[in-house]
Amino acid sequence: MLYREAGQFKASYAEDARIFPIRQDRIGFWVLMLVFGVAVPLLADQYWLKAILIPVLIFSLAALGLNILTGYAGQLSLGSAAFMAVGAFAAYNFILRIDGMPFLVALVLSGATAALVGILFGLPSLRIKGFYLAVATLAAQFFIVWALVKFPWFSNNSSSGVVTAQDVTILGYTFASPEAKYILTFLIVVVMALLAKNMVRSSTGRAWMAVRDMDVAAQVIGFRLMRTKLLAFAVSSFYCGVAGALYAYTYIGTVEPEAFNLDLSFKILFMIIIGGVGSIMGSFLGAAFIVLLPIFLDNFVPMIFGQSLGAGFVSNFQLIVFGGLIIFFLIVEPHGLARLWQIAKEKLRLWPFPH
Amino acid sequence: MQFFIEVLIGGLLSGVMYALVALGFVLIYKASGVFNFAQGAMVFFAALTFVGFQEVLPGWLGLEADSSAVFWLAFLLAFIAMIVLGSLTERIVLRPLVNQPHITLFMATIGLTYVIEGLAQMTWGATVRGLDLGIVDEPIAWLMDNYEIGVSKFDLFAAGVAASLVALLAILFQYTKVGRALRAVADDHQAALSIGIPLQTIWRVVWAVAGFVALVAGMIWGARNGVQFALTFTALKALPVLILGGFTSVPGAIVGGLIIGASEKLAEVYVGPFVGGGIEGWFPYMLALAFLLVRPEGLFGEKHIDRV
Repeated sequence: MLYREAGQFKASYAEDARIFPIRQDRIGFWVLMLVFGVAVPLLADQYWLKAILIPVLIFSLAALGLNILTGYAGQLSLGSAAFMAVGAFAAYNFILRIDGMPFLVALVLSGATAALVGILFGLPSLRIKGFYLAVATLAAQFFIVWALVKFPWFSNNSSSGVVTAQDVTILGYTFASPEAKYILTFLIVVVMALLAKNMVRSSTGRAWMAVRDMDVAAQVIGFRLMRTKLLAFAVSSFYCGVAGALYAYTYIGTVEPEAFNLDLSFKILFMIIIGGVGSIMGSFLGAAFIVLLPIFLDNFVPMIFGQSLGAGFVSNFQLIVFGGLIIFFLIVEPHGLARLWQIAKEKLRLWPFPH
Repeated sequence: MQFFIEVLIGGLLSGVMYALVALGFVLIYKASGVFNFAQGAMVFFAALTFVGFQEVLPGWLGLEADSSAVFWLAFLLAFIAMIVLGSLTERIVLRPLVNQPHITLFMATIGLTYVIEGLAQMTWGATVRGLDLGIVDEPIAWLMDNYEIGVSKFDLFAAGVAASLVALLAILFQYTKVGRALRAVADDHQAALSIGIPLQTIWRVVWAVAGFVALVAGMIWGARNGVQFALTFTALKALPVLILGGFTSVPGAIVGGLIIGASEKLAEVYVGPFVGGGIEGWFPYMLALAFLLVRPEGLFGEKHIDRV
């Protein structure tokens, strides 16, 4: 009754090609924009912005990057955190070494640097497939983190490899408060998500999906495998790189290479698996889930067991619950949260009638 | 030259230890197509359970703490624990996920890794424990005296254990009924199922065998480096071995382990100083990667033919 396309006619090609073909979706989108872009920064307190909303947005971006590579182009990667590290340190060095480098330009350049590195580590994908490729991408993970630690030039000769992100200044305005940083992150993430949504609807995205579904067949009907796969690696790494730069500049503030370890790569992979492989929206849902779950467990576990238990027990119990929930989710809904949303929409179309 | 040989032998022998962990991966991948990331956690769990039983058994049964009865009883109990763990995994995690894409199963085993790690530390505590197998880690005197090459007794012992384990597995696979069923399942699930081989039993057996391999690997690694959380990272050591040797090949795991072990140590000694050292973390991966560019299925992996 409320949610159906009946009566909405498309009178032009532009209308036919828009991102949200159903009016209710468009309204929903703008409501979301208003809520998260205007209401949340006005109402949420600092803890929520700093510890939950900003990381959710940043990890959504990283998950989006991995989703492009794994969900759309079908290349399993375990090195996304390393590309985030490349982005973070590239942005740091661009701003540090070039006088008057505008932040947004540095952000794009950091993404481009990550994309170049991504292409380099994507080259093996032309020969290797499946889990062999996944393990091969671990080479990127270990090598990049090692290189960032070993060569002090990257961290401007700081003894511990830790760098402190400079102030974020755009057109003379310094983004210092959590609210300002949140809005900046939010805008960047929204723009990049819309770009991604358009990309996967275009010929580029179709080429990726063709390669994902069967690369030999895609090659036979004329897709250039090398171009398609490397483009997927480049775009994915670009997104991860920008996410890494944002991680350093709007979230943590001080970063060390070790922060971008294998655990983080796995977390990003969890995000897309739980959110939904091959879904832009799934990246956001998954990121929110994986960021919120440990926070939820932190508060919830002591609540049911009381404070009497040792910290060791609590942290182990959280580990078990975290792993168990992931397995549970995989069993209950292997296609992720995005699939649940889709099912809900299908149901909404018919509601309140049975057929 | 002597130094070179010493490094080479040391590397080969440590490669055997990598191969031990890789073996567990191969067994499960072959039989069920699951890339079991939890193998490292299983190594940790097995070693911790063994040491834990070694600690509590003397008190329960009134035996001498270092008697061989305690050792074997603890070994048996740890093995039983691994069988239970494997069966539970099959029942709770794998059975509901049958026919899901490989990546989903892989993610499930990462979830399983967290559960096993938490479970192990919750049961036995997180302190670092020593594990004594009665073999001292010192150079063999005869080699040292005559050729001035230091080869650790312990490493040689580990190699011997690995060799007997592989022999045991080969016998199990080639000459027993269960082994034949295992090979049939590895070859073709559906065909095996259709001639009446109980798939789920076979999977339980495979997980039990992988648990046994994890136990042996955990005891040797634990005796070397102490039983601690770092044992779970043995999985990361085993992955390059796997892709080098091929996911589906037991000999591949051994040969891959030897190649990775030897080249890693040689590279650390001869190349490491030029780039600041610490290259052990990524060098095996780069090596395996370079190798895969030539042979995409690894050394002994099955060649995959794509049909459109």
